[in-house]
Amino acid sequence: MRRILPWCLLSLAWPLWAASPPHVQERMLDNGMKVIVKEDHRAPIGVTQVWYRVGASYEPRGITGVSHALEHMMFKGTEKHGPNQFSQIIADQGGQENAFTGDDYTAYFQTLASDRLEIAFELEADRMRNLLLKDEEFAKEIRVVREERRLRTEDKPKSLTYEQFNAAAYRISPYRNPVIGWMTDLENMRIEDLRDWYGRWYSPNNATLVVVGDVAPERIFQMANTYFGKLKPSELPRIKPESEPPQLGETRIRVKAPAQQPYLLMGYKTPVVVKEAKGDAEWEPYALEMLAAVLDGGGSARFARELIRRDKVAVAASASFSAFSRLPGLLMLDGVPAEGQSMADLEKALRQQIDRLKKEPVSEKEMERVRNQLVAAKVYERDSVFYQAMQIGMMETIGLDWRMAENHVERMKQITPEQVMKAAQKYLSDDNLTLAELDPQPIKEKGFAKPMIPGVRHDI
Amino acid sequence: MIFKRLRMHWLTLICLLIPFSNSWAAPKIESWNTENGAKVLFVPSPGLPMVDIRVVFNAGSARDGARPGTAVLTNGLLTESAGKWSADEVAERMESVGAVLSNGAQRDMAWVTVRSLTDKRVLDRALETLAAVLAEPRFVPDDLERLRQTLLSSLMQEAESLGDIAEKAFYATVYQGHPYGSNPNGSLESLKLLSEQDVKTFYRRYYVANNAIVAIVGDLSPAEARAVAQRAVSGLQAGDKAPALPEPAIPGKAVEKRIDYPSSQTHIYLGQPGVKRGDPDYFPLYVGNHILGGNGLVSILSEEVREKRGLSYSVSSHFMPMSQLGPFQMTAQTQNSQARVAVRVMRETLQRFMEEGPTEKELESAKRNISGGFPMTVASNAKIVQYLAMIGFYGLPLDYLDRLVPNVEAVTKDQVRDAFQRRLKPERFITITVGAGGDGKG
Repeated sequence: MRRILPWCLLSLAWPLWAASPPHVQERMLDNGMKVIVKEDHRAPIGVTQVWYRVGASYEPRGITGVSHALEHMMFKGTEKHGPNQFSQIIADQGGQENAFTGDDYTAYFQTLASDRLEIAFELEADRMRNLLLKDEEFAKEIRVVREERRLRTEDKPKSLTYEQFNAAAYRISPYRNPVIGWMTDLENMRIEDLRDWYGRWYSPNNATLVVVGDVAPERIFQMANTYFGKLKPSELPRIKPESEPPQLGETRIRVKAPAQQPYLLMGYKTPVVVKEAKGDAEWEPYALEMLAAVLDGGGSARFARELIRRDKVAVAASASFSAFSRLPGLLMLDGVPAEGQSMADLEKALRQQIDRLKKEPVSEKEMERVRNQLVAAKVYERDSVFYQAMQIGMMETIGLDWRMAENHVERMKQITPEQVMKAAQKYLSDDNLTLAELDPQPIKEKGFAKPMIPGVRHDI
Repeated sequence: MIFKRLRMHWLTLICLLIPFSNSWAAPKIESWNTENGAKVLFVPSPGLPMVDIRVVFNAGSARDGARPGTAVLTNGLLTESAGKWSADEVAERMESVGAVLSNGAQRDMAWVTVRSLTDKRVLDRALETLAAVLAEPRFVPDDLERLRQTLLSSLMQEAESLGDIAEKAFYATVYQGHPYGSNPNGSLESLKLLSEQDVKTFYRRYYVANNAIVAIVGDLSPAEARAVAQRAVSGLQAGDKAPALPEPAIPGKAVEKRIDYPSSQTHIYLGQPGVKRGDPDYFPLYVGNHILGGNGLVSILSEEVREKRGLSYSVSSHFMPMSQLGPFQMTAQTQNSQARVAVRVMRETLQRFMEEGPTEKELESAKRNISGGFPMTVASNAKIVQYLAMIGFYGLPLDYLDRLVPNVEAVTKDQVRDAFQRRLKPERFITITVGAGGDGKG
């Protein structure tokens, strides 16, 4: 049940020509900022997203979480606009706005009626260069960030396990650090760390503006030039590759935390799509994506069919892989054992699934199912302007090209069962595997204790 | 992995009204009944060759009676073996053509949804399968045992989540003795007792056409939509509507429950029964709450608890209108040593808001936000189909959406204050805290 009333709907006269293929245009401003516009005239709205090429994987030790902390501070005011004014102004325009930080990006977005986007441009351009970063605001906001970490990670046994898993799986790669940062770093973070970070990365030549919606591209380019075009570019730091060395044997960790259920995570080091890839590197990431979908692309995929329904070894099991990130990542499996099954049983079953992929080609029927799902999903995703903008922004920000998202389905269609098998043989080996087991510790719930607040009325 | 600055309550960030703007016509919802009595609501959405179908039954956990978990288990079994197909085959039939089948149940509603391409071959397959899922579920013992284990596993998962523990305790206390009080996923005891017979009896009573709403949004003509609705639900028995639920009582006195848990934060839930769908106070309460704590970071609660004091990442208040009085809730999470302070600030903020009401500026700003954002709330088929199901399920007028903006615009400061004062009784609030300590020592 939704927590708030669904507000209304209004019938928009949707033009028939919205069915034609989506039209994308891009332009580079003189200061090096890229602007990408995708027209979608189904509804009179537009989404604006500003993507910065910076995120947790850019952070050196000691200041993990600084990208995310800075993202919070981006709402705390410039010379022109006081703390939280940004949000208030957008709200007054009927807009929705927020931001998110990942390993490879920090992004800010607004969704507005399509004739009101200009205000978002003005505000985003302002905070790209003129953020104040005041001490007293930071002192409060970093406490909010620490609460966020407690909420998302500290008190969640599976999240905690995932965090520990990443730290064990990667020796060098910055993907070993959590996006929100380690608590010790959040406790020792200073406003100067954020000022340095802001100065280093927040410039037009390190940003991509993506607009999707009921807009005229020329008008968007014009507005982008008016507001962002006047910002000075800066010299961007070069970051070291921090390449993950080959793994030389299986890694296994145990995480003890208050919990009710055991939980298993497994991850194999895998490659990602890179620009101008040659040879095997050109198809391997797509084959791995196909492989993950064969295992867990719905209720008829192997995990649901065999592990959950037939063998009843898992109550939940999933596989995931992303072909698109700045640095190589992992093909991940996870699961919760079913009643009466041990973690060893679950692990064995997951390993058997992997072994089978190495030994027998995936059936044409399974490949066909995945292809049809991808084709349909490509249509479904156009129901959301936000998602469409997100795909473009992410591809650009991790150093690829938005066209690769548009061509993704075509690329996947070319993958053969033999390629899936070869990729499994090459990458899904025991020596390339990390496992983490959540070992549940008793919760010792004491039941209802004495009331925390004396009396029932609060005293003013 | 993505960390948002604030958990987004997408559907709450609503929208709306550029005052007087008529730049969009009112939505024309077409509605009719199928031959066996299911009510259909349809909005055509040309542009993308896809359709969303949402079939909703008055078969939520409020109908569980003495066996909590019955509604969720019954609903879950629909999409297992059905018609002449096994659970594997039901999933296979949908996914092999790229259609997406999902289902779920909460306190009021239980639902099955399909998203499909409108390509004839695909839609035919999806509809044939949906019809079997709705009208010919097989309730195979093997499926039932497996889903029972899944639900038991959900209970364990809830028991390691502070938010879930708090919410369960909140409902159990606020709705003591009322059908809303029990956990939709059931309890250890009830799940062990639930039988095939319980499930079949529940299904036969509630999964009937007169107790169903079919919402359809997509690239279909009205005639095609009629055929789609007919094919989806024609196998259902006509049956009877579910009877009205009893009215919950406002608790006679305040209750505070503190649940110890070895955690770094304390989760806080405050509230009471609030408002129901179609309630005459609905709009003043909705708009007032938008200002108090409903609009994400732009709200008084967020300002007081998060922005001024840095106490919590996510603090908010909600009225959740249901068939009967759904809850009014204020929630936050903070490190254990700050729990008392956070509860005090939340209560004081509400108290002040109730005494003074919103300022003219706050009210205007909220109206602008709700109105100006209206286009966003109806900008996707996914959103529209949910609104249709809601309107149909709660029997709201078909022009509910046309009247929304005027209804919001008409709300006055005095109405907000008056409605909050009449409807909320903070001195009788239920207070739930889950965490370690809260004694000021962390």
